[in-house]
Amino acid sequence: MNMPSTLERAPVAARAPATATAPDGTPAFAFDGVHKLFRAKDGVDVVALQDVGFEVQRGEFVTVVGPSGCGKSTLLRILAGLERASGGTVSLGGRQVTGPSRDIGVVFQAPVLLPWRTVLQNVLVPAEIQGRDRQAATERALHYLALVGLEKFATKYPGELSGGMQQRVGIARAFVNDPMLLLMDEPFGALDAMTRETLNLELHKLKERTGATIMLVTHSIPEAVFLGDRVVVMSPRPGRVTQIVEVDLPHPRSLAMINTDRFGTYVSGIRANLNAAGGLD
Amino acid sequence: MNDTPTLALRPGAPEPAAVPSRATSAAAPMAPAAPAPGPAGLTPTRRRLLMAAFFVGVMALWHVAVAWLQVSPLIFPGPLAVLRALADLVTSGEILTHLGVTLYEILAGFAFGALFGLVLGALIGQSALLEAVLYPYVIAFQTVPKVAVAPLFVLWFGFDTTSKVVITATIVFFPVLANTIVGLRSAPREQIELMKAFTASPWHVFRMVRLPHALPYVFAGLDIGIVLAVIGAIVGEFVGAQAGLGYLILQRNFSMDAAGMFAILVVLSLIGLALHALMRLVARRVIFWTDAFTDLSRGA
Repeated sequence: MNMPSTLERAPVAARAPATATAPDGTPAFAFDGVHKLFRAKDGVDVVALQDVGFEVQRGEFVTVVGPSGCGKSTLLRILAGLERASGGTVSLGGRQVTGPSRDIGVVFQAPVLLPWRTVLQNVLVPAEIQGRDRQAATERALHYLALVGLEKFATKYPGELSGGMQQRVGIARAFVNDPMLLLMDEPFGALDAMTRETLNLELHKLKERTGATIMLVTHSIPEAVFLGDRVVVMSPRPGRVTQIVEVDLPHPRSLAMINTDRFGTYVSGIRANLNAAGGLD
Repeated sequence: MNDTPTLALRPGAPEPAAVPSRATSAAAPMAPAAPAPGPAGLTPTRRRLLMAAFFVGVMALWHVAVAWLQVSPLIFPGPLAVLRALADLVTSGEILTHLGVTLYEILAGFAFGALFGLVLGALIGQSALLEAVLYPYVIAFQTVPKVAVAPLFVLWFGFDTTSKVVITATIVFFPVLANTIVGLRSAPREQIELMKAFTASPWHVFRMVRLPHALPYVFAGLDIGIVLAVIGAIVGEFVGAQAGLGYLILQRNFSMDAAGMFAILVVLSLIGLALHALMRLVARRVIFWTDAFTDLSRGA
């Protein structure tokens, strides 16, 4: 489903920090009173999301944290246009979301690369789908591959890469069209702890360099605090926003920061909030 | 018949459909195709030696058994008699026209059957509605033994090669169709969702994800099909023909020439092995990203 978009921007210009391109006060995206019901197999409706509402400005990195089944992935899928909300409004750049948008890049937990395409060809998939100029897209693809440290692997096949490297390719692929918004659904959930830390740091640097607007869903509180400008905390089913935490830690962030008291205070505060909602474990 | 029509195997097929399992997200790096020890942990040279020794052993056993038990060569000839008949067949040049006719029937039948199976499989694989409407007829047709309808085809298409091509095509058609359907549905859901999130049209999803994902399955079907094509051509020729290896077998049968019949059977087996090897060679080139076709192929 190709959604024509009035937000179509010149691809190169968009590489400048997105905060600077925000034309007016329109938020990058906004949820307002969003509900989602699922019909379970026994015919009973399950409330996955209840009255979710928050706004995210351009250039902001917002993380959504909550226990499994709190509907945080559903929230992301609704914004990505892969699912419809049962009620409420979801808007992207001031326009109501009715389906997948060219302004969005996505990263899922599994890298889902196409094994018959080289790394570069995989990164170019969204550009091909959207019929972008091939040469310009290739330049951007190589640019982002370099930013995730894979410029030397452009002609390799996914089968020759480690899991962490495959996920980096997935991130470069999400960036390739310079989308207005990046959606990441537990992008590092399947990786080992060390690779995960490395990729957290890399994603943070990538965000600092590109000024992209990012919403990342995770069940790791430290990851949410480390990456987020704001952390949206969600309760278990029915999924509601219980707290939105402004993370006032200096930029650029470093892994050493994880051991500071201030970082710990944020983490334990969110954990206490989740426990109070009956969330964790 | 199969209770589970999604299981892409023709009952009684010579070998199971090699279902590829290398997931897209496989984190383990693929080992480069080095001359590493094979499946049994043998070097290629040792494996070849073992294969040759086994062949010689079977031949020797055959030879000794026939001599020992004093079986009449009219009923069960020894390997040397078969070899002699084979040499006669080749040196007299008699085999050439018949081999040509049968090869044509095999290849043309395979081409039509595979094409039809691919196209119909692609259609059915696209929609559950088409599957519901069409698949029962496909299964019903597949249930009918082709040997039973072969006389009809000869009646309709005549005694020359056309009827054999049609019979061969009907036999090749099903394994290709069934594997194509399963293959087209094998693409990971997350992969398709990702494409949709990037605003892919159904055509994009088909061309960029579903079709390539189906190829390993399709080749498994083609591999079964090419071997069945040999059977199809011979079945057709048995019903009524003026030339071909099947026709030659019947001729030898009438003249009580068991060794001559065995010689033709050897030729048929060699055709099957060669076509199978060729198919695997093509498969390994086309679907280079899976190792579904790398292990079973070296015998030919």
